[in-house]
Amino acid sequence: MEHTTSIDLEKRFEEKIARELKIEPKDWMPEEYRRMLIRQISQHAHSEVIGMLPEKNWLTRAPTLRRKMALLAKIQDEAGHGLYLYSAVETLGVSREQLYRDFLDGKAKYSNIFNYPALTWADIGVIGWLVDGAAIVNQVSLQRTSFGPYARAMVRICKEENFHQRQGYSICLTLARGSAEQRQMLQDAINRWWWPVLMMFGPPDAESKHSQKSMKWKIKRASNDTLRQKFIDQTVPQLEYLGMKAPDPHLKWNPERGHYDYGPIDWEEFWNVIRGKGPCNKERLRTKRVAYEEGQWVRDAAIAYAKEYN
Amino acid sequence: MSRTFDTSSPTTTSTDEAKIHYLFQLADNALIMGQRLCEWTGVAPELEIDLALCNIALDHLGQANAWYEYLVEIYPQATDVDQLAFCRDEHQYYNITLVELPNGDFAQTIAKMALFSIFNYYLHDALRQCSDARIAAIAARSYKEIQYHRRYASNWLLRLGDGTDISHERMQKALDIVWDHAFEAFTPSPADHIMHQQGIAPDLEQIKALWEDEVHQLLHKATLSIPDTGFTGYRAKSDGVHTEHMGYLLAEMQYMQRRYPNLQW
Repeated sequence: MEHTTSIDLEKRFEEKIARELKIEPKDWMPEEYRRMLIRQISQHAHSEVIGMLPEKNWLTRAPTLRRKMALLAKIQDEAGHGLYLYSAVETLGVSREQLYRDFLDGKAKYSNIFNYPALTWADIGVIGWLVDGAAIVNQVSLQRTSFGPYARAMVRICKEENFHQRQGYSICLTLARGSAEQRQMLQDAINRWWWPVLMMFGPPDAESKHSQKSMKWKIKRASNDTLRQKFIDQTVPQLEYLGMKAPDPHLKWNPERGHYDYGPIDWEEFWNVIRGKGPCNKERLRTKRVAYEEGQWVRDAAIAYAKEYN
Repeated sequence: MSRTFDTSSPTTTSTDEAKIHYLFQLADNALIMGQRLCEWTGVAPELEIDLALCNIALDHLGQANAWYEYLVEIYPQATDVDQLAFCRDEHQYYNITLVELPNGDFAQTIAKMALFSIFNYYLHDALRQCSDARIAAIAARSYKEIQYHRRYASNWLLRLGDGTDISHERMQKALDIVWDHAFEAFTPSPADHIMHQQGIAPDLEQIKALWEDEVHQLLHKATLSIPDTGFTGYRAKSDGVHTEHMGYLLAEMQYMQRRYPNLQW
């Protein structure tokens, strides 16, 4: 039998990456690649799960039955995405239980965006349109990520996210065509969400510490700034169609670049929220922690029952 | 035309009025059940339960929507589904009080869901075979979903009742809290009575016998005792007289329609 050295394995891995072949859970992979994937996919899963909370804030107050059902279906999709992503990350040899505990203990990150409050019904429209819109730009690029289970999860998730974004934009459009009060509500929501949404793509390329290796191994397929620009370019016409404005006086089409120019992003705010100092960080985590603790007796009962009867 | 629902409660003297009241009973049970389940979103004991409760809530909202759509067609006072769902006063809702009770802990939610869905299962099984084609069609579609609700709630009731000492105690306590309210389902409202005479609604005595048989067996299997029955004179279904909880539920659910009336959303 041929003796395979770790150098051979690494070479084979690099070759696969170079040829755009997918890495599968049973394939050999560098430990750092595994760690990076665990970090990224679990963050993604946690984001889906915690993202249910701001929307839940309006679920019981949704203005119409149709909107209530659509919002509930969206939240249900997100719970499904969470489960799906936890399964994908479990193929890398970590347990969902451990990942979830790290998340509750504040050791794992999730998308900063869910640390902002959903204050009016218009926020639900804007979250669907802009937050899901930004997520899609990122996830479309991740459909080509090098780890097979993650790439396949993205294909499936993107289909549903597209639907969520259309739903969000439909709420915004209804408000834009509504009363002065409704238009004001929409503009206010756009003002509050615009900058945090642009921050969703992460720090500028020059300052992104995980980016280089991630790009080299094709976990990440496009840089933060590239994706941010793509999102802005596709979103501004939608914003104009609504007759709304972005809270950015520098936002302007640049014919030479063929892109929109935009104003400086307040990265201090971004880093503060990352460090747990956003408006809802503590509250969101506390909500999930309390739910987990209060559900312990239910999970215990299910396990005891299964042991007895299965 | 104003979307405020300003009529007095439909009286139940004629067959048409009885049918309208009856459809409200079905629609409001589903709406209020769904609304309560929405409150669990994001805070269920585990992600799979979150997903299941969302699913069950969505089924109920869909059922409510189907019944309200039918009401919009036949009820001259109705303008649209949202007027019916959101713009009535408390005394104009005809759900049974069981569904409006707070979720409490997971055991209380399961107790409510089990007692309600077992009733709902037998009710819809009868309605899907009734002489009113439209009611039968909506009931047939709902019946499939309710089968799942009944199975889901019964399985959890078994696990909690026969799981650990703590879960057993919580499940028993939860049953005691919600128990009395289940019997409102079997006390015929004037609408129930007239619709039964018309060959549409089933005999509630028969439904009650089926319900008791199944619930008693389920509790026995779950090592739980049948609670003592106390007050059973709740009359939200017949007269719109609710518990103290309903006002808060409606204040939240109706907030947008009350604060910004007559707008598109």
